[in-house]
This record gives sequence, C-alpha cells and structure tokens, in this order.
Amino acid sequence: MNARSHAIRVGLRRGWTEFLISLRNPEDLAFYLMWGGGTVAYLLLNRNVVVEGTGLAFPTVALPGLIAAMTVFGATVGPAFSLVIEREDGTLLRAKAAPHGMSGYVAGQVVLQVLGVVPMLAVLLLPCALVLDGVMYQGAFGWFMLVVLILLGFTASMPIGLIIGSLARKPSHVSTWGMFPVIGLTLFSGIFGPVTNHPGWVQGVVQVFPTYWLGTAMRWAFLPDGAKAIELGGTWHTPMAVVVLLAWSVVGLLLAPRVLRRMARRESGSAVEARRQERMQRLG
Amino acid sequence: MGDAVITVRDLRMRYGTNDVLDGVDFEVLRGEVVTLLGPNGAGKTTTIEILEGFRDRSGGEVQVLGVDPVSAPEQWRAGVGIVLQSWRDHGKWRVRDLLAHLGAYYEPYGTPSRPRPRQVDELLATVGLAEAADQRVSRLSGGQRRRLDVAIGIVGRPEVLFLDEPTAGFDPEARREFHDIVHALVDLEDTTIVLTTHDLDEAEKLADRILILADGRIVADGSAAALARAASGKAQVTWSVGGQQYVHAADDATAYVRSLFAQYGDELTDLEVRRTTLEDTYMALVHRTEHGAARTRSAAETEGVR
Repeated sequence: MNARSHAIRVGLRRGWTEFLISLRNPEDLAFYLMWGGGTVAYLLLNRNVVVEGTGLAFPTVALPGLIAAMTVFGATVGPAFSLVIEREDGTLLRAKAAPHGMSGYVAGQVVLQVLGVVPMLAVLLLPCALVLDGVMYQGAFGWFMLVVLILLGFTASMPIGLIIGSLARKPSHVSTWGMFPVIGLTLFSGIFGPVTNHPGWVQGVVQVFPTYWLGTAMRWAFLPDGAKAIELGGTWHTPMAVVVLLAWSVVGLLLAPRVLRRMARRESGSAVEARRQERMQRLG
Repeated sequence: MGDAVITVRDLRMRYGTNDVLDGVDFEVLRGEVVTLLGPNGAGKTTTIEILEGFRDRSGGEVQVLGVDPVSAPEQWRAGVGIVLQSWRDHGKWRVRDLLAHLGAYYEPYGTPSRPRPRQVDELLATVGLAEAADQRVSRLSGGQRRRLDVAIGIVGRPEVLFLDEPTAGFDPEARREFHDIVHALVDLEDTTIVLTTHDLDEAEKLADRILILADGRIVADGSAAALARAASGKAQVTWSVGGQQYVHAADDATAYVRSLFAQYGDELTDLEVRRTTLEDTYMALVHRTEHGAARTRSAAETEGVR
C-alpha cells in the first residue's frame, strides 16, 4: 500500500508535468481560446437580454450553467480521449510495465483533467467579470461552492469518461459514445434556457445525468436567491443535486477501477502494434 | 550464475483451434543471455509477452523471479525490465523528464546492492543520449528513439530484461552500440536477458544460449556452436580435381583432407573446409520441423560425394 501511494504521488507529479506541457501546446491553447472565446462572445452579444422572472442579464444566468456543462464535458470526454489515444500510442503500456504504474497513470489523468478546467474558467470568467455588472452574487461562499461543485462534478463524471475510454477501441468510438451524447444532454439540460422549454420525457431523461444537476447547483452557488424562479417548481434543488452527483460518484468509483483493470490486463506490445497497423490503414 | 530466473514447463497457447505454443519447456539461469529465434508466427512474441505478464496463457507453468507472471504482485514489476517498441508515446515530454518520471516508480524498491532507479544522466550517457537530454521525444531520430526505449527498459535496474526485436530498424553502428550495452548489463550487473530476433548474426554475437522456436515448440536449445554440432556434426569440404568440383560432408574434416592430399597430391585445388554455420543449422532445423523430419533426414544421409 505504501508503494502504491508512492506511485500515486509520482502520478500526481506526472499530471502537473502534462498540464505544463498542455499550456505550451498550441492545439490545447487554440481549444481553450476557441471554445472559451466563442462562448464568451455569445454571452456578451446577448448581454442586454434580460431573463424573464429574474431581472438578471442572460449572460449572468447562463454563465454558471456553462461552467457546469464544461466541467462535465471536460471530465467525461477529456479522459476518454486520453485513454483511447494513449492506449493506442503505447503510453499505457509504459505505465503498465512500471510497478503500480497504472495507479500513477490514473492519478496523473485526474490531475491533468482537473487542472485543465482552470484555463477554461479563466477564459470564461475574466472577460465576463470585466464587462458584466455582476457575475458572482454569493461572495466568498459562492466561490468556495464553485470549487466544491467542480470537484463533485469530476467525481461524478470522470469515472464515466474513464469507462468510455476503456471500452472504446478507437477514438471515433469516444466521439460516438462520449462526446456526442454529452453535447446532446447539455443542449437539453437547462444550460441555455429553462429546462421546462422541453417536453416532459426530455426533462425526465436529463434528470438522470449529472449535467442538469450540476447546472442547477452551480446557479444556486452564483445567483441571487430570486433567480430560483426559473428553476423547476420555482425552487432550488441543491440537496437533490448533491445526492444525484454523489450517487454517480459512488457507482463510477466502484465500476471504473474494475473496467480499467480489465482493459489494462489486455494491453501488450503486440496489442499496441496491432492497433498501430489498424490506425495506419485507417489514415491511409 | 546457478539459480533459474525463468522456468517454463509445458507452456501452451491456443487461439481458437490454432496452437501457437504447443508444449514449450526451457529454463534461463541468472546472468544468462538467451535468444529466442524462429520464423514469423513461431510464437516468439507470444512467449515473451507471457513471460512479461502481459498475456494470459492457455496452459503450462511459468515462473519469472520465482513468481507466476499472470498473478504477480506489482512489486514484481520492479525486478522486470521491458524494452518496448514504442511508437509515439510521450512525444511532448523532454527525454530527461520522461526518464526521471518513469524511474521514480522504482524508488521504493532500491537496495544497497541494486540502487533504484538508475541515475538519469549516467543512464543517458550509457545509451548515448546525453546530448539529446533536453530534446522533446518527438524530435528524436528513429535510432535515438530506440535507445530511449532501451534506457526506459533498464531505468529500474531490472534483474531480468525482456527485449522483443530490439534492433529492428537499427543501422550497423547503432546495432553494435546496442550489443555493447547488453554486454555491459550482463558483465556489470548480472542481468538476465531474454530477447527475440530474426537476425542470426545478432543471436550468435549476443547469446550464451539460443532457443529455436518452430511450429510452437523448442526445436533446439544450446550455444551457437553446440547447435551447429548437434544439427549435423559435419563440416563441408569442397575441392576440385582436373576442373571437376566435388563436395563432401565429413565427420572428421582434418582426416578427410589428409586423405584427399594423399590421393590427389598436386592435382588438388580450390580446397575449402566450411563449418556448419548457425544459419545452416537454423535453416535445417526450421525446414525439418515445417516439412516433417523423415524427408530431411533421408536427404541428409544421401548427401555425399557427387
């Protein structure tokens, strides 16, 4: 167990190194600027729209939900793509060859993906804070809850991402089974407008998944109490949100290690080589 | 030397109805360099991956460092080094950072006689990457990349090292340097090494012992010289008399040549005595396995003076 915690510490440092590498990587920076910048532009273009029933500007109401959506997206799709790509290029096999290397690898992924939220938050929050009248109405408590909810969002979503990444055989599977479903859920989870705009069955479906609950909890953490008028039934649902997110966390943290172990057991030099050949053919 | 680091008994591997390994037996002693030689599809990679603990087997017993690799605890990995044929992992990492990171996993397993991990800059110098230490991995040439693979394989100062086709794609100079590294590991640290190769010359240069794998079985096990003796025990004598060329496979080449001189005297020209090479042995053994033993044996017996 001591050796295992040593490997996890090695993995935490690995995550930090990978985060620094990603900050220097033009592709990752372009991703932050395009998605973050595009979202900010959309918000600021609608800054004079007032959300009915709250008296608040559209960007103020939408921002917490967008942070929630990006947290769930990053925590699910990020590790899923990492896992499938790094299984293909042999990174995972390297980890498997070292003592407790897989524990270190997963620890590194957690650090990398959680830290990956920080630049995105900066790109979203800084311009909005400068241009809008108000972003955070709950003061220090609200900022604290932002951090807590992001971490809760991660424990609820990241195991799903790791499971998708373990089951996917190639990156396009992650798009099909991870990225598109998450984007689809986001569209109907009350992030861009009240969830009551959608048919009842759609409301039922989105209430199974983390995005809706993290969104409503995030609005509770950011917005003045009056904003609850636009929530379902005109009230906050924070305790229920915490219960649902914790339930996802427990199920995910029970399942993910098993799925990861099963996936890792199958890794070998010839498995990597076979996927490499397959990839060569795919790319022509 | 002395104690067995690797023991394999009746190892079997079956995919569907295809027996890739069909009862493989061998032992590797501490400090030995053993080469697995064989045609494509003979089961070399499968065997080495089973020893690495990267693959389940269908049957038989396997022990590496006293433990069954399938159920080995993680600490077992500290004693086992694997040189992987990397493709493009960790491309954005700097060479020194990557070695330091992967080496750090071995820190809890160091002993006074086997400090772990290896000191990174010394290791970089050993494999000839000192000048590339601050480069990104993706900028390395193919040869440098393979040296990094070797460095990663030995950063934990393993007791047993596995290499699957380690010099594929090396130029002759890189191959030579690689051989020097292997010899140093064995001489200085008593490392046990198992490698696979297609290259007969490499097998002969590196290995204390060669295992020839054909058709899912070990068909020969011994030093290059012993294998050559076992395969035919004969040397090939060729000569010419009066423009006519002759060949004879002789048990005792010296006596045979003496008799040739006695018989032909000055008429004897173009005399050549050739020992059976590892290549001849290999070809004969693989051919014999693949085409059935009887035919090859009768062909060998009828071979004589033409």
